[in-house]
Amino acid sequence: MRKQLRVDPTACSGHGLCAELLPELITLDEWGYPIVADGPVPRSLDRHVRRAVTDCPVLALKLLPAP
Amino acid sequence: MTYGTTVPHQARQAQTAGGDGDAGLPRLLPVHGAVPVDLRTHRQRFGDPPYSGQAGRLIPVLKAAGLTGRGGAAFPVHRKLAAVARAGTKPVVIGNGAEGEPASDKDKSLLWISPHLVLDGLQLAAEAVGSTAVGLYLHRNPRLQERLRAAMAERAAAGVDFAGVEIFDAPPRFLAGEESALASRVSGGLARPRFKPPMVFERGVVGRPTLVHNVETLAHLALIARFGPRWFRLAGTADEPGSMLCTLHQADGRRDVVETELGTPLRSLLTLDGHVQAVLSGGYHGAWLPAADAARMTLSNGHLEPAGAFVGAGALVALPADRCGIAEAARVARYLALESAGQCGPCFNGLPRIAAAMYEIASPRPDPRAVTDMIHWAGLVEGRGACHHPDGSVRFIRSALHVFRDEITLHGQGRCVDPDRRPFLPLPRDVALSAADWS
Repeated sequence: MRKQLRVDPTACSGHGLCAELLPELITLDEWGYPIVADGPVPRSLDRHVRRAVTDCPVLALKLLPAP
Repeated sequence: MTYGTTVPHQARQAQTAGGDGDAGLPRLLPVHGAVPVDLRTHRQRFGDPPYSGQAGRLIPVLKAAGLTGRGGAAFPVHRKLAAVARAGTKPVVIGNGAEGEPASDKDKSLLWISPHLVLDGLQLAAEAVGSTAVGLYLHRNPRLQERLRAAMAERAAAGVDFAGVEIFDAPPRFLAGEESALASRVSGGLARPRFKPPMVFERGVVGRPTLVHNVETLAHLALIARFGPRWFRLAGTADEPGSMLCTLHQADGRRDVVETELGTPLRSLLTLDGHVQAVLSGGYHGAWLPAADAARMTLSNGHLEPAGAFVGAGALVALPADRCGIAEAARVARYLALESAGQCGPCFNGLPRIAAAMYEIASPRPDPRAVTDMIHWAGLVEGRGACHHPDGSVRFIRSALHVFRDEITLHGQGRCVDPDRRPFLPLPRDVALSAADWS
């Protein structure tokens, strides 16, 4: 099943780690909060995606089934 | 608070609502005047709630009727019920009477005038999903809560209920009625929205599958259980059947709750003459329309959505020609910023900046960068909240920038249609500011 990255914005406190680990899919807005690319995650990035999800200090980054 | 009906012959008897081609409006409100309906009068008019004797039976009936949620989102009612019924273990059912929208009175009016129709709907919905954990979520309005408690005592004495009902307090906040905020509050937490998934129908109150329906939706449900889908569809359009309650704000300052059919021309609800410049549809998460466009539309998402607006919970405002739409939008933008739950970075950071820029544009000879900034921030907050507060706020702001663009030009010349800036749109006097106000 294809997966999609989403941020739980209530948990995110803008550490910005995800954008450093996964610049291909995540940038930071001017307040330091992540902007995540839409759409399913490309398989080629699977490893980096998993790393970004597990390394978020507040576990705000989620890998969910793509709609 | 007053209420009326757009149907000229108010004295039509509700007993004819059996399905002889008569849409039978008003359906939710008493036939004569604004008299609070007690249980005896209610039973004379409608009889007892028609329990089906089995969970699930009502769901295909609601599907055939095409009832959608009247709290604003217009989600198909049968789908929510089916999802909760399917989720199985010990579901919870909550009637949502938290009407945080300052421009809407219809839920308070309905609860005050026809409490038993709402309570019937709550009971029938509980039976339909097989729940005996039932609640009613209401603002801390002592008079209204007292009336509901009295109505519930009447019902207990008469033995008409399927399950006992507990009342839960909603804080006086714009977002208190958002489903996940409700679930959190009823679970004993703060009334703040949370990230989805899981959806509330999967994991809501204390982690149990939870059915949340607006109180007006429940009242329609109670009537569909009695009179059937064909009767329900005698009002409204094929795509958007039935009637709904609307809160109408006329340009002369009158404010009424009326029951009207979906598909009613907006010009028969609001006086839209040369004294009106714009119409706000869908409340403060809704959108402005130029009065001339609104005059050609009907109360239906089919008409309103292509124009960027929606029916929402039926709050409609006619803005007089001699008021400043930008000053109005700035006041509402500040209110919406203060009503952010402050949990999501983009909403917490973006909405106050948008409001400040709107105040800049509302001032004489504003900094021309304010509009560009606002459009930029609107793009940054949209779609990035746990709830729809940023999206709804942005919809309101963008439509104001578009519809009142001539006013913005006027401000650039140091002029304004209303230099006195008399407030027109209703806002609460005291905006709650402390965290405790979410409980």
